[in-house]
Amino acid sequence: MDTVLIVKAIIVVAIFAISMLMALYETYAERVIAAFIQDRVGPDRAGPFGLLQPLADGGKLFFKEDFIPTKADKWLFILGPAIAMSTALLSSAVIPFGDTIIVAGQKIDVQGMDVNIGILWIFGIVSLGVYGILIGGWASNNKYSLYGAIRAASQTISYELAMGISLLAIILMTGSLSVKSIVLGQHGIDWNIFYQPLGFLLFLTCSLAECNRTPFDLPESENELVAGYHTEYGSMKMGLYLFSEYVNMFISSAVLASLYLGGFNYPGMDFVYSKLVGSFGEVTGHNIATALGTITLFLKIFFFIFLFMWIRWTLPRFRYDQLMNLAWKWMMPVAIVNLIITAAAELSGKPLLYNWIGLAIFAAIYFGLFPIFKKKTVSAN
Amino acid sequence: MTLTNRSKKTDNSELSIVENTYFPGIFKGMGVTIKHFFSKKATIRYPEQKRYLGPVFRGHHILKRDEQGRERCTACGLCAVACPAEAISMVAAERVKGEEKLYREEKYAASYEVNMLRCIFCGLCEEACPKEAVYLRHDKFVPVFTSRDQVIYGKDQLVEDMSDRYLRDAWTKEDMAKLWIKQ
Repeated sequence: MDTVLIVKAIIVVAIFAISMLMALYETYAERVIAAFIQDRVGPDRAGPFGLLQPLADGGKLFFKEDFIPTKADKWLFILGPAIAMSTALLSSAVIPFGDTIIVAGQKIDVQGMDVNIGILWIFGIVSLGVYGILIGGWASNNKYSLYGAIRAASQTISYELAMGISLLAIILMTGSLSVKSIVLGQHGIDWNIFYQPLGFLLFLTCSLAECNRTPFDLPESENELVAGYHTEYGSMKMGLYLFSEYVNMFISSAVLASLYLGGFNYPGMDFVYSKLVGSFGEVTGHNIATALGTITLFLKIFFFIFLFMWIRWTLPRFRYDQLMNLAWKWMMPVAIVNLIITAAAELSGKPLLYNWIGLAIFAAIYFGLFPIFKKKTVSAN
Repeated sequence: MTLTNRSKKTDNSELSIVENTYFPGIFKGMGVTIKHFFSKKATIRYPEQKRYLGPVFRGHHILKRDEQGRERCTACGLCAVACPAEAISMVAAERVKGEEKLYREEKYAASYEVNMLRCIFCGLCEEACPKEAVYLRHDKFVPVFTSRDQVIYGKDQLVEDMSDRYLRDAWTKEDMAKLWIKQ
């Protein structure tokens, strides 16, 4: 019991530390990727290749004036970034960062906790996260902050619908809400993305919107709202907001990797596992195999983080009506269609084949029949 | 009327059903950015890496020596006269016996000072010099100074070091013109 507790505590602390470290170096990666895409070389003054740049940025933020406006609600003003940061960190609890490790003869999950409603936990916490932004924007007592906060709230609500419905398809396929069993259901290369290409695209888009990242960074659109919900913030409170955004990005990359790209599964894992157990013994081999799985998961996470940044430095921001149109008029219906196709495919017994057939029929109807229908309405005018 | 045919025609026609999904546009844009991600960077890590500024860049002053290591300057004062900023001043002295190894002509500059606060790096001293003695280096900047007593450069900072001779592709205006044509 004691060893389990200690190992679990170490895992939890490690996940916490890794989330922070990832967020720290995401800021660096963001700047370097932005620079590379813009044909520059990026930050390189602090340390070798500028690797100490995040520390320098953090130090700078700590030494700036911690300003609270006179008319602001002081306690809510402090509570805002605190909620944003803590909710961002909380959601990593249910993500399986690896299979199991064997310590002192006991199998322990490499995961904060394996609750049977894991994916609901993530959704709940992510929805709570918008409170951080909302409270911060409200407490600032500034119309631009409030606009940013309201935008963040309505955007999160709108995109959570499409996200939830595309997720339902995954739950239909797996029959479980636990993230661990969803990941275990994608053994080897049997990843959900091959069953759910449309669902993956929807989920990816919604993740971008949930993280308030370009092209959905309306809450902080600097050309309209000064800086959005964190206009009045300075020093480390501002730092916490920015930081929580990067933690959120890491978490949603991890969720995407777990739900669609098979988490810690990789092709040929059974062969590697048997080889490792054969040469290192039951315990060590198992642990090394788990470590390999964790590395695989992190590679997938890095890919998604890069994709997020790549998208950010490519696409311009949506207009607000376009954002809402996309969420309610396009992604929601498409997500529902995807859900129906998945349900039918699950019933058919050959989900992979019938998913693709269903999607092909949907595409044929959409791209084939819809233009004819549209032309008729135009000529009727 | 169009001056060039480089301008792109604006397409105001309605988006087709495929274009309306945003995907073709997004993939095209992502392709452009990833191409730039791997392309050669336009900027460099400046103080560590420096660009070649060409043989005609006008930087730090230098008083050349000849092949035997003798100073070429004879303190004729033409550079000081040519200087529009009046940055150059010198004191002439006569060469005595035994100093033939040091100075090429009978007269030399006992002191030669350039005031770097006044100098505008126009290069007229270089053009005025009849003895090919004073040049503005193309490979070295005048460093930043923080106090006024670092501003006046004497012979100790200006005369060429024989172990680290200053070389460039073209010494005279004519050579430079030829170099230019060759490029």
